Amino acid sequence: MKERIVGQVKRVNGPVIILKDVNDAMMMEMVRIGEQQLVGEVVKLYDGQATVQVYEDATGICPGDNVYGSGMSLSVELGPGLIGTIYDGIQRPLEKLMGASGAFISRGLNFPAVDHEKLWAFVPTVEVGAIVHCGMKFGTVVETDRVLHVLMIPPSIAEATVAQIASEGAYTVDDIIVTVVLPNGKEEKLTMLQRWPIRIPRPVAERLALKQPLITGLRVIDTLFPLAKGGTVAIPGGFGTGKTMTQHSIAQWCDADIIVYIGCGERGNEMTDVLREFPLLVDPRTGQSLMERTILIANTSNMPVSAREASIYTGITMAEYYRDQGFHVAIMADSTSRWAEALRELSGRMEEMPAEEGFPAYLPTRIAQFYERAGFMKCLSGIEGSVSIIGAVSPPGGDFSEPVTQHTKRFVRCFWGLDRSLASSRHYPAISWLDSYSEYLGDVRSWWNEHSDGAWQLHRLEIMELLQKEVRLQQIVKLVGPDALPDSQNFILEVCALFKTAFLQQNAFDLVDRFCSVEKQVKMLSVILDYYQKGSEAIAKGVPMVKIRRLKVVQEMARMRLTIGNDDMEAIDKLQLRLERSIDQLGGIYEN
Amino acid sequence: MRTNKESLLVQTDRHLLSGREYRGASRIDGPLVYMRNTHAVGYGELVEVTSPDGTRRAGQVLDTSDDAVVVQVFEGTDGLTLPGTGMRFMGEPLTLPVSEQMLGRVMNGLGKSRDGSAIPHGEAERDVNGEPINPTAREYPRDFIQTGISVIDGMTTLIQGQKLPIFSGNGLDHNQLAAQIARQAKVRGNSGDFCIVFAAMGIKYDVARFFTDSFEETGVLDNVALFLSLADDPSIERTITPKTALTLAEHLAFDKGKQVLVIMTDMTNYCESLREIGTMRGEIPSRKGYPGYLYSNLAEIYERSGKISGRSGSITQLPILSMPNDDISHPVPDLTGYITEGQIVFDRSMQARGIYPPINCLPSLSRLMKDGIGEGMTRADHPHLSNQLFASYSHVKDVQNLASVIGEEELTTLDHQYLDFGSFFEKKFVNQGFDEDRSIEQTLDLGWEALSKLPSEELQRLTDEEIAEHYGK
Ligand SMILES: Nc1ncnc2c1ncn2[C@@H]1O[C@H](COP(=O)(O)OP(=O)(O)OP(=O)(O)O)[C@@H](O)[C@H]1O
Ligand SMILES: [Mg+2]
Repeated sequence: MKERIVGQVKRVNGPVIILKDVNDAMMMEMVRIGEQQLVGEVVKLYDGQATVQVYEDATGICPGDNVYGSGMSLSVELGPGLIGTIYDGIQRPLEKLMGASGAFISRGLNFPAVDHEKLWAFVPTVEVGAIVHCGMKFGTVVETDRVLHVLMIPPSIAEATVAQIASEGAYTVDDIIVTVVLPNGKEEKLTMLQRWPIRIPRPVAERLALKQPLITGLRVIDTLFPLAKGGTVAIPGGFGTGKTMTQHSIAQWCDADIIVYIGCGERGNEMTDVLREFPLLVDPRTGQSLMERTILIANTSNMPVSAREASIYTGITMAEYYRDQGFHVAIMADSTSRWAEALRELSGRMEEMPAEEGFPAYLPTRIAQFYERAGFMKCLSGIEGSVSIIGAVSPPGGDFSEPVTQHTKRFVRCFWGLDRSLASSRHYPAISWLDSYSEYLGDVRSWWNEHSDGAWQLHRLEIMELLQKEVRLQQIVKLVGPDALPDSQNFILEVCALFKTAFLQQNAFDLVDRFCSVEKQVKMLSVILDYYQKGSEAIAKGVPMVKIRRLKVVQEMARMRLTIGNDDMEAIDKLQLRLERSIDQLGGIYEN
Repeated sequence: MRTNKESLLVQTDRHLLSGREYRGASRIDGPLVYMRNTHAVGYGELVEVTSPDGTRRAGQVLDTSDDAVVVQVFEGTDGLTLPGTGMRFMGEPLTLPVSEQMLGRVMNGLGKSRDGSAIPHGEAERDVNGEPINPTAREYPRDFIQTGISVIDGMTTLIQGQKLPIFSGNGLDHNQLAAQIARQAKVRGNSGDFCIVFAAMGIKYDVARFFTDSFEETGVLDNVALFLSLADDPSIERTITPKTALTLAEHLAFDKGKQVLVIMTDMTNYCESLREIGTMRGEIPSRKGYPGYLYSNLAEIYERSGKISGRSGSITQLPILSMPNDDISHPVPDLTGYITEGQIVFDRSMQARGIYPPINCLPSLSRLMKDGIGEGMTRADHPHLSNQLFASYSHVKDVQNLASVIGEEELTTLDHQYLDFGSFFEKKFVNQGFDEDRSIEQTLDLGWEALSKLPSEELQRLTDEEIAEHYGK
């Protein structure tokens, strides 16, 4: 019998199972439980007993059921065929599950993550006799039109000599492609496939400083609170404030090479939406379908809670694998709160001592470990790649003082706080310009200044100052009414209001507005500041503010995000000219 | 260590042993009964509990170990004694025999007849816990349901296959609204095979009566399956009622191709029963004493809605919940809002001003409306029009706040126009009769009529063409 029995079930309490008669189970070993062969993972070992987390619904498991060891940690398959696939939290392809059990997901199903029959066109890049190191490229396959998959020597082989390599041709992921000889004379046969335990970060040569922004196409983010490639950001917000929409938008339009989208304990329909929509959407930069760069992980809210806990690690491990090939990967986790709650539920069932609000005391450590897996890296092969993490947080009652938001804030360097009142007045994205911040401003400054003729830094500062002034002026208005303010100050309110509708708001459903190029952002901001400048001068000359705000061209400005396309920068220049002319005309009338 | 062969023997034993009766509980605590010295019992198994007087009740295994089994008894533990309690472990999870003939019947939370009449034999037996729908098998819901209620159709459009809860409070008109939706809801151009599954958890008899009367009046009662677990029924029964109801709904929608509307009221009572069990078991609570798994538990209910590609039916959920103290951040509405595809929020002050339905559209939301409205579905101007109404109405609130500080006299002409708009919007657009069934065109035209109270340059969410076509007409 080749199956190894590691113990028997002693107690079942939902997704947590206690085993007895345990002697050779390993920590973090993947196991299969009972005759249904449910997937589980050993999380504790003590006195001949073990605690196992089950990744499927435990109904029907009995005391006395056998538990079978797999001899390896819970790990993922890495190789060509991941892109464009949708997985559950433990990397089972959902399409395959559907083939086996229909529209509803049954238990105990087991499928490899990538297709083992499919032939890939392999091109070798090393020759027999070459010395190879871990992480080094030994060949490529075209995974999708946009992803040239790099096959690498696994991290476990420090140095070896190539004894044999397959010639250019079609192979499956199981075919032996390379045989290497280790310094001790042992031979190792490598295929296109690697396995990696999900809870262990893949090694890199060096962490590098961040310097490039991750351009998202969302103005409020790119211009005001930019994220750097390799950076981390949290998006906290109450229900319906726009976390998912923001993440969908970024997944669609950001300038990363690969997207890993993790639906962690969220809605089934949202994943269906991505699945139906992404293949139809075209990347504005490459003209290819967005699905050609996307991996989806769907562990919806009604799927087993422990697999939800694993899904985050499954996702980040795949992201690291593509980073090691030299790609810039962006990973969206929606929502990390559901992951933290899964930790809480499992911890509660294991009868651990709770810390704040029932969360285990190791919550902050886990959050930190996850976000630390982001970064701009020099990979083992010497090539550069990055993983950026964009994590949604769903605070109970929308209250940011709760533990998950607070601890997340400690470990991320960028914060896009969603505001309930903005969302209910349909100001989308409801990212608050007062609560949000980015610590990457310094890192991306030179990139941005280069791409805006040096304007970005100054303009950003200027508009942020106006927004701060607005808060103070609003307080006065609330006490004594707007008439008490002189026109020069009322005009600040006016410009800020315009900035909000014309620039900060962005409609994800509008074909023109949903993505905004860097050039368009720079120009739009400069027109708005020009309006402030010229308008203030005119008011100083005695032009009443109402006259200025009634100008037709001002109405046009309010709509420029919708009416002017990303490739029509001239139109904004023309608008700016007309704006200046109109205000000058008004000024002319009042000067005399 | 046991060999495989031995383990097979144990399995066979278990089969033989299931159904065998054990007597004598070791502990009874609220709805939970503890029993020792049984054979190895599976997690989640159905249990038949016999009381000293011989009546039978259904239960489910919550925790199983070598030494003891914990069973929750859905019909309550009243009248059970330690020595007199019997248990049979059935070797399989709780199932419901489902059939189309359950339409028109009144059942308890477990699907047994409430009036003593026999429930027809099921066409199939289904595990009441259901299985998660594979996201790849789902079809994204897009079909607009016209409820005939302007504020819903216009501002928070209901889509076939959506889960859209009503967040209400004690004494507000949520029952009237749910009944009106049940009466008027239609997918235009497609009458479909429509039916209603109604699940009542811990509500009063009169409320259940109100619904049956309303279904009867409109002659749809034969198309409604009622699962009632009322205020004086054991509170534990509420924890299974929505699952039973949804099990039937899934059969009707996905096996029989029907368009099923599931009304569940009151979800807050359901959650309270869960809290009771959690406390009884000494679990570590999270917010307000509710169990930490409340989110997952609610998700297992709400996610049992939607459409499956290749099948013609759908499940649309309309859960009703009362917000304790009208507090939308209370765990029940809060967690619900995180799972459902939007929410319809009631506002006590609107009801006090005589507005029916008292829906405040600003905190309300329908996440699926984006794909179900516009050209070819409702009308081309609908998306921008609703955006504009939201933006303008939210500005009305700012003006009202300002007016309450500086007085209405101090307001500008524009501010006054906004107040006029706001008052028209609430009194004419939102407000309507219990029996008033407005078409989507009527609704949208009313929206334009409201906007005509504002100068056209304020309408920045609309295009010039839309304004030219509809404004002031
Ligand atoms: N950029 C946007 N453009 C247009 N509409 C938006 C935008 N962002 C959010 N919305 C609207 O807000 C709704 C809710 O957004 P979303 O689903 O992203 O919220 P969420 O924060 O993820 O909520 P939950 O925590 O409940 O999942 C959307 O269905 C959409 O109607
Ligand atoms: Mg979301």
